[in-house]
Amino acid sequence: MNDLYQEMIIEHARKPRNQGKLEEATHHSKGHNPLCGDEIELSLIVEGGVIRDVKFEGVGCAISQASASLMTEEILGKPVVDVLHLFESFHARMTQPNPDDSEDLGSLEAIVPVREYPMRVKCATMCWHALRDALERSHA
Amino acid sequence: MNTLMSSLDLQALREEFPLLGTEARGRIITYLDSAATTQKPYAVLREMQLYYQQSNANVHRGVYKLSQKATELYEGARDILAAFIHAPTREEVIFTKGCTEAVNLVANSLNVRGETVLLSQMEHHSNIVPWQLAGAKTVPIPINDQGEIDLDAYADLLKTGPKLVGVVAISNAIGTVNPIQKMAQMAHEAGALILVDGAQALAHQSVNVQEWDVDFLAMSAHKMYGPTGTGALWGRKALFDEMPPYQGGGDMIRTVAFEGSTYADIPNKFEAGTPNIAGVVGWAAAIAWLQAHDRDAIANHEAAVHRLLRERLAEVPGLRMIGNAAHQACIQSFVMDEAHPHDIATILDQQGICVRAGHHCCQPLMMRYKVPATVRASLGVYNTEQEIDRLVHGLQRVKEVFA
Repeated sequence: MNDLYQEMIIEHARKPRNQGKLEEATHHSKGHNPLCGDEIELSLIVEGGVIRDVKFEGVGCAISQASASLMTEEILGKPVVDVLHLFESFHARMTQPNPDDSEDLGSLEAIVPVREYPMRVKCATMCWHALRDALERSHA
Repeated sequence: MNTLMSSLDLQALREEFPLLGTEARGRIITYLDSAATTQKPYAVLREMQLYYQQSNANVHRGVYKLSQKATELYEGARDILAAFIHAPTREEVIFTKGCTEAVNLVANSLNVRGETVLLSQMEHHSNIVPWQLAGAKTVPIPINDQGEIDLDAYADLLKTGPKLVGVVAISNAIGTVNPIQKMAQMAHEAGALILVDGAQALAHQSVNVQEWDVDFLAMSAHKMYGPTGTGALWGRKALFDEMPPYQGGGDMIRTVAFEGSTYADIPNKFEAGTPNIAGVVGWAAAIAWLQAHDRDAIANHEAAVHRLLRERLAEVPGLRMIGNAAHQACIQSFVMDEAHPHDIATILDQQGICVRAGHHCCQPLMMRYKVPATVRASLGVYNTEQEIDRLVHGLQRVKEVFA
């Protein structure tokens, strides 16, 4: 029955990838959802416009932890421009009433069913907002 | 089948609530969030519709018959509420848009800037933030692990000379029924005023402000089967007479001139603008509806279902109940080892079960228990044994998903 809590989500929530903190981080940000108490701290190493490393620390629900874990896997080694594009695509898929679903979001597709539970969408997108904050701050 | 001893005809009573017959996510709805807001019986909905159909006019203004009808309904509701809480005089009942506005009214009009206000650790944000906005120093009254106020610590804190004590009659988050009469006596002996947040109380206990001997009582209609957007503040006339108006506008004045204005007496002094007339009419209908039922039978039924809920929750491995006061209303918070409260609430939602997950607007209380959030099942007069079964079955489903 569970389209939302698929095995991949549960597994990532239980054993999140890329957990921790990068001492040598070039980019850094924090996300907080005061409604749920979910928190995330992201650290990244960006070199030559490419995400060389990323780690996160956080507490929160399964959706927020799995989403952050999947995000770190998905963006590792990718150019920042592609990652910002991915943010836009993912965010649109999660929040728009009739989103363009032609683009394959890879493992992030596992998170997309959360869109049917509007009160939980922020749980899934919080890590992405933290990521964009971290990356955009450096561009300034 | 219903094995709980009850003199209520539960089936008939449930049929008075249209929403309880609806579906959520393809299943019959299981509504366990009455502490957030109760469902509304036909009697309330009907009176509100009738008001608009037959008596709608502005109150206190028109000289015509229709306005008089509306005014009689509105002022009649004040009589009904005053009698319901045993207020010494009807003028001491001020209608507001809710319990929150009632607290804000006192915080704004009673001069508390720089003063100490004692607040229990289980207060709702609506009985914390207004005092901070008004410039008071807010000091917590600690609670023990069961969720009961530490009366020894309270006695010590009263020695610091607080101007006011704010305390919730029944905790919305953990269900504790606080010893209001005792706390009021202690506050008055220390020269402090006491304001009671009665949001949850009116539905579950009989409230008598004279027996409690408190100074202010904040109330909400929608948590006792009435409509949203309607509440009230009861307070002592002597205090109200000394307090300046909270908001300015129509209905609250005696004379207005550009050189300066004078104000009406209570209750009008604190009721600026056109009130929520239909809401107040609906609230009166909710009180009448409650009184038409055997309130002892309601209390016994709610207590029995709550007892059953606690028994069944205690059997769920890895579940920890938050809120274990000796005197507890039918509100139960809990956490589970396997899953975050929001995940639990979503999996229950998939089964048509409505519970609240979060901090319940009680962040200091969550900090006290070192949890980010809890799941809360809160009962109303209409909840059944079968619904507790469904909840516990739903929690088994949570365990399967997160196994």
